[in-house]
Amino acid sequence: MLFKEVIYLMQKDFLLEWRQKYAFNGMLLYVSSTVFVCYLSFGLRSNALQVPVWNALFWIILLFTSVNAIAKSFMQENRGRLLYFYSIVSPQGIILAKILYNACLMLVLALICFVFYAFVLGNPVQDIPMFLLSILLGAIGFSTSLTMISGIASKAANSSTLMAVLSFPVIVPMLLMLIKMSKNAMDGLERAASLDELLTLLAINMIVVTVSYILFPYLWRS
Amino acid sequence: MKKNWWKILTVLLLVFTVAVGMLSDVPRLAILNETIRNLYFHVPMWFGMILILLVSVVYSIKYLRKPSIKNDIIAHEAAKVGILFGVLGIVTGMEWAKFTWGEYWSNDPKQNGAAIGLLIYFAYLVLRSSFAEQQQRARISAVYNIFAFAALIPLLFILPRLTDSLHPGNGGNPGFNAYDLDSSLRLVFYPAVLGWTLLGIWIVNVKSRFEILRQRIYENV
Repeated sequence: MLFKEVIYLMQKDFLLEWRQKYAFNGMLLYVSSTVFVCYLSFGLRSNALQVPVWNALFWIILLFTSVNAIAKSFMQENRGRLLYFYSIVSPQGIILAKILYNACLMLVLALICFVFYAFVLGNPVQDIPMFLLSILLGAIGFSTSLTMISGIASKAANSSTLMAVLSFPVIVPMLLMLIKMSKNAMDGLERAASLDELLTLLAINMIVVTVSYILFPYLWRS
Repeated sequence: MKKNWWKILTVLLLVFTVAVGMLSDVPRLAILNETIRNLYFHVPMWFGMILILLVSVVYSIKYLRKPSIKNDIIAHEAAKVGILFGVLGIVTGMEWAKFTWGEYWSNDPKQNGAAIGLLIYFAYLVLRSSFAEQQQRARISAVYNIFAFAALIPLLFILPRLTDSLHPGNGGNPGFNAYDLDSSLRLVFYPAVLGWTLLGIWIVNVKSRFEILRQRIYENV
């Protein structure tokens, strides 16, 4: 029952996105212009950026992209539609569908961002599969924690400021782990070295999803 | 009088902590020297902060189960007192770090974790102030409080253990017990933890009673 709801709601989100192409194209432009601004402001030819700087810059761009992309997930729904959902589906279905949809969206955006970023600023990554794995975990992690935050922020008056204020402290542990893991991948360390970070990231994701699953019904009621 | 014994205990414990902590003999260690007395003030702040924030989360959960103004007020006041303890902990820690590690802020994972924890609770206060309607404010900030606390746990308890830290017990540094936390230090340390925590609970108690009374007056006006 819940599973079916989730599938339907995700279908609806994808369909809406496909028809409007509003969030996706907007975010695509956001990513590419940010990368380009970084390229111009560093004023360098490719491959001249140091590895830690490259890595940190990449994750900061992704962080801002995801905050902007996911902030829309509840704000763009109008009142009538929310009321309609309220009467026909369970809140758990909604939050799970939103998390999964946002994870897909973030994954696509992050991959495009990585390709473009590597193209413009050079690609010092040595262990690409591991780096892609960290991007996958990052996309899932950002979407799990930011979806709930965007639900909270959308209830308040000045939601866009609040979104940033509420989400950054919550997302920091995840970001630190991700930066470390992708740094390992960039240096081409053996994969066992990143196992700690990988497990911690999975654990944080589990905690956040469980807490969102439990708490969202209370948020949804208002 | 019977119900107030713990307040007397608090006063006695704190007087004991300050007096004996300042006057008693402490082990002489290289670098640490006399600053080891800060153990009685800096470390209990963190114990107190975590316990009081836990109280705040528990009352937030209580609010979601059974909405009443009282639960919300206690959660709010406890979060504020937790922030107070956190700020004091950071200030005493920075002072201590200046004398032992040479720098007020040395990019230590626990220092950073504490700073981020404070940011989370400042965000909680900002979130509270952005609602006009009381019921909505109480419910949504309770949701955020629980959510943020769940995110804070890995930050405070898992990450510092994975990375190197200047704090004792991390990254190859000797653990808390391996320091000669000998019996004379323990004798003051445990009462200090208990005393400061009780003081925090006392402040929460007084402030929430005051706030509940104020709400009642506003309702009657």
